Amino acid sequence: MNIVVCVKYVPDAQSELTFNESDNTTNRLGVEGLLSELDEYAIEAGLKLAESADGGVAENTVTVLTVGPDKAADAIKKSLQMGAHAGVHVNDEAIHGSDAVATSLILAEAVKKIGSPDLILTGMASTDGTMGVVPAMLAERLGLPQVTLASELTVEGGTVTIRRDGDLASETIAASLPALVSVTDQINEPRYPSFKGIMAAKKKPVETWSLADLGLDAGSVGLAAAWTTVESFAKRPPREKGQIVTDEGDGGTKLAEFLSAQKFI
Amino acid sequence: MAEVLVLVDHVEGTVRKTTSELLTIARRLGEPSAVFIGAGFDAAKETLAAYGAEKVYRVESADVTDYLVAPKAEVLAQLVASASPAAVLISSSTEGKEIAGRLAIKTGSGLITDAVDVQAGEGGALRTTQSVFAGGYTVQATVTKGTPIVTVKPNSATPEAVSGAAVDQVVEVSISEGAKAARITDRQPRAATGRPELTEAAIVVSGGRGTGGDFSKVEDFADALGAAVGASRAAVDAGWYPHTNQIGQTGKQVSPQLYVAAGISGAIQHRAGMQTSKTIIAINKDDEAPIFELVDFGVVGDLFKVLPQATDAIEAAKG
Repeated sequence: MNIVVCVKYVPDAQSELTFNESDNTTNRLGVEGLLSELDEYAIEAGLKLAESADGGVAENTVTVLTVGPDKAADAIKKSLQMGAHAGVHVNDEAIHGSDAVATSLILAEAVKKIGSPDLILTGMASTDGTMGVVPAMLAERLGLPQVTLASELTVEGGTVTIRRDGDLASETIAASLPALVSVTDQINEPRYPSFKGIMAAKKKPVETWSLADLGLDAGSVGLAAAWTTVESFAKRPPREKGQIVTDEGDGGTKLAEFLSAQKFI
Repeated sequence: MAEVLVLVDHVEGTVRKTTSELLTIARRLGEPSAVFIGAGFDAAKETLAAYGAEKVYRVESADVTDYLVAPKAEVLAQLVASASPAAVLISSSTEGKEIAGRLAIKTGSGLITDAVDVQAGEGGALRTTQSVFAGGYTVQATVTKGTPIVTVKPNSATPEAVSGAAVDQVVEVSISEGAKAARITDRQPRAATGRPELTEAAIVVSGGRGTGGDFSKVEDFADALGAAVGASRAAVDAGWYPHTNQIGQTGKQVSPQLYVAAGISGAIQHRAGMQTSKTIIAINKDDEAPIFELVDFGVVGDLFKVLPQATDAIEAAKG
């Protein structure tokens, strides 16, 4: 089985995210970043599948793929340290300002160049853009079924089966491979890289591709090609400091009084 | 006037509140045409008419309902081609966003997700408002290519009851084999709690690590207010409450009129799920809990004492 896991290098949630005033894009350069936490679950799911399949990790490979600026190489590095076999980093200045549509185009061409995987895994959403649509767009472009938000996942005899816990029901969903599957943070506990894994990662192959390597024209991606435009942004005014009381036997009463004053009761 | 397609969010014909919000928004942009997929149209028709649907496209084929997402995207793509709408509005549920994503690629259109407002812009375009970066920024955006597709969050508009003709039209669809590749093989419905749905509720009361696993006081307080119940990631990871009630970056993002956090410290992960709520209250034993930076009113104290006292006061006021 060949598995490709799409990962994203995202700004650290603790740091303050801002917009570039010059072009209304997200400021990615000024902040610390890391492999998106939600993608770790996808890598772990891929590794577990490879380990338990016939032939184990000797015959089943996990390749991680990312689209991002130079620093995104860190996301690949962490994935390799966890145990992925190889990495692909699509890096090109022209990609700056790309929307989800363009990102899915780049990922689709990269997946084709890696060579028809049996399974593509992704996390449930990025932790910065949080749109959650790239997996669907990627599946659409590759003509694959998408089976999303898996909290349980098995592959047997060319079929992938997942359990998805929705609001109204728990569903079992099946699709024949090749397929795209996204996983939630309920599916597993991502492993910490072992010392051995960290050392081994240094020797694993990482390819860096430009848009030209994918046969993509710079005009088909990037800010100018985006099908949506951010017209303006405004920082939300900070909340005014609220009233805080200490419970001295009347905390609940005071709470009810506040609710009443605000007309909630 | 151009049509605006609204994908109806329903369970066996019971139309969800989000659909009435979408119909209201659609009226700002053109003539609302509801797209009803699945069984139960007779139950839904009245609601769709009551909120202004002029037309309802009905799709009843099992090919669409038994398979996941892709057939619905194909149906909408067909309607986009035949009706040339000014926009397509879909609820920002996970299914909604996936349908929207596939539809955007199929029709070569721009997609805006999680809009909290949509207004008519200049020259027939539309302008959306989004709250991004865990609520830190508000963004105005527009679609520049194709038929604008927008997914809209719950509670983004007050539904306006305006009579629409709701003329229904059965749409014959032909779904490609490829779209039928992912199928639902089993479905275990959850027991209804009798409480409002989290993302639609006007009031949400959440419990966290401070509950120690006992959500009874949180639930009593929520019930006194007619609120939905949420849980922090810590509480869900500990197995105290289901993941579908998790509020946060990896759970649900809510923006109700009132959010009460009990026994929740307020880490970034949680804040991302609730910090755009209109009024925020917290109860926590720790006066340095980060959640207190967000509150309009806070009580430093034990939720096991504070919540029951508040619940009693609320019940007495109702009495």
